[in-house]
Amino acid sequence: MSILVNKDTKVVTQGITGATGQLHTRACRDYGTQMVAGVTPGRGGTDFEGIPIFDTVAQAVQATGANASVIYVPPPFAADAIMEAVDAGVPLVVCITEGIPVLDMVRVKRYLDGKPSRLIGPNCPGVITPGECKIGIMPGYIHKPGTVGVVSRSGTLTYEAVHQLTQLGIGQSTCVGIGGDPVKGTEFVDILRMFQEDPQTEGIVLIGEIGGTAEEEAAAFIRAHVTKPVAAFIAGQTAPKGKRMGHAGAIIAGGRGTAAEKIQAFQEAGVHIIPSPAEMGITMAKALGRM
Amino acid sequence: MNIHEYQAKEILKKYGVAVLQGKVATTPEEAEAVARELGGGLCVVKAQIHAGGRGKAGGVKLAKTPQEARDYAATLLGKKLTTHQTGPEGKEVQKIFIEQGCDIAREYYLGMVVDRTTSRVTVMASSEGGVEIEEIAARSPEKILREAIDPAVGFLDFQGRKLAYGLGLPQGSVNKAVTFMHGLYRAFTETDASLIEINPLVLTKSGDLVALDAKMGFDDNALFRHPDIREMRDITEENPKEVEASKFDLSYIALDGSIGCMVNGAGLAMATMDIIKHYGAEPANFLDVGGGASKEKVAEAFKIILSDHKVKAVLVNIFGGIMRCDVVARGVVEAAKQVKLSVPLVVRLEGTNVELGKQILAESGLNIIAAHDLADAAKKAVEATR
Repeated sequence: MSILVNKDTKVVTQGITGATGQLHTRACRDYGTQMVAGVTPGRGGTDFEGIPIFDTVAQAVQATGANASVIYVPPPFAADAIMEAVDAGVPLVVCITEGIPVLDMVRVKRYLDGKPSRLIGPNCPGVITPGECKIGIMPGYIHKPGTVGVVSRSGTLTYEAVHQLTQLGIGQSTCVGIGGDPVKGTEFVDILRMFQEDPQTEGIVLIGEIGGTAEEEAAAFIRAHVTKPVAAFIAGQTAPKGKRMGHAGAIIAGGRGTAAEKIQAFQEAGVHIIPSPAEMGITMAKALGRM
Repeated sequence: MNIHEYQAKEILKKYGVAVLQGKVATTPEEAEAVARELGGGLCVVKAQIHAGGRGKAGGVKLAKTPQEARDYAATLLGKKLTTHQTGPEGKEVQKIFIEQGCDIAREYYLGMVVDRTTSRVTVMASSEGGVEIEEIAARSPEKILREAIDPAVGFLDFQGRKLAYGLGLPQGSVNKAVTFMHGLYRAFTETDASLIEINPLVLTKSGDLVALDAKMGFDDNALFRHPDIREMRDITEENPKEVEASKFDLSYIALDGSIGCMVNGAGLAMATMDIIKHYGAEPANFLDVGGGASKEKVAEAFKIILSDHKVKAVLVNIFGGIMRCDVVARGVVEAAKQVKLSVPLVVRLEGTNVELGKQILAESGLNIIAAHDLADAAKKAVEATR
């Protein structure tokens, strides 16, 4: 078991004819992921290294049975690409694209309401179940199959955490980058619920950042529903208070969102606090009683 | 991207949001001429900087005559204003806005942002305006009225009425408030704003509603579809190194410490700053070179870091995913050759093509301190500054 993706996941790449789409479609296929189709409007009927290309996601799904999509489409067109995948009934949509206008994502979120698709991202490294399926841009070789679930708002900091775990001999069940944008498809709480229900996952590493209140919500959820050990790191503990224009950002957060508040919320939820980014692996190892 | 009050008011006016008459000036003579144009009576002289809290800092003056407007302009122009939002270094006033006066009956707060908890544009209103609004939000959030806007249907009249009655506006002003908020929402969505703030929103003695101040910020990711707004950028309001970095699509924030940092990814960049502090030093900057940086981009990043004379050591921390370590290594070597490297350089590489990257650095003949992991890199960088 694992969450979101496994060896049976069949992936369609949206934006397969762009340089980024090609690079990562190849890397994911080499990792062992079933890359079954690509979509680029106007290029239907051609192929990329043997992977058939379609004009629409609906055609790709119908022809290949793809049950996941990964999006490398440039920012101005990415929101439309997400909604196209949702309309085609793709259960899992992973959007890697960085720089999508936030009001586009506000519309996407509304479009997702009541639909069965799950969106991961945007602006994220993707999802990987080590040894089975890699969807996204993370370096595959640093991962190792195992029992720790990793969920993060950051990209490269997730690699750092995974690398530390693997070096300690601790493998991962699934690693999910939920993305750093303010409006996104999936929050910490959604992934925590899946890890809690996944029998393979024995412990969870959560990597948050300053800003927003997603970590506070995660802490409340852990307190109420998660029985597995959780280790958490908050990046940006030493970041200076940004120069600002108005008050609205602070008002909407109601004085929440600082590193200190997030750490306190996690402490109160019984989470193992990771004191420095060099100790992400070891803190999880200790929490699991493996050190 | 942020703009000045006078620019925000120009935009809002186009969307039917009520603002007072006014004009921008860059010299005392111009200020006097504008004051005469506005009727020669009472007017307000306002320093134009990208920060709130100007009133308290002495940046807003009431002038009774055009001559007085000229004198206030003379004192404000070229002066550095320090408010709680500028940082301690303050901001120099280069433009002033001369505006009509108005008869204030009451002041309110009105703001609009994207709320990440609900993923919706949200209007916030309070009957208590002013700088203390943040404290109110933290202490008694129930005093801030909120309406989340469904993007499928837009701002609805009843939402405007709920807010207007909630603020306790007189009956005759309720529909005016609804129209005002409709204009605000249209301005927000059609310009891809990230923030609109009217603080204060004024109820005049004649029952009209007017935006006495206006702040607007925009989503940088959406500027590609708003060339007119992009032109409103005032780079003199920004840190010159940050402006330089933005030309190369680098995310750079100047800080006060002694260790220059070059990292890929915002989270890892923040974590690198955290660990520098953990070992007892301070970072000189935040710099995220991004995912797919080229050799040239890395070289530019390096030059920007080294142009900061507070930097006593440089720490390069790269975890290559899309970013290949050999590309980073070539960029570092190139930049170090172009700019005479005079401070210790600590490099930690991990990820795609790491061996090749390390080899390029080792063969470069540069004096590079290699680090094998994050903690090692931070320790070595901190030691190097001592």
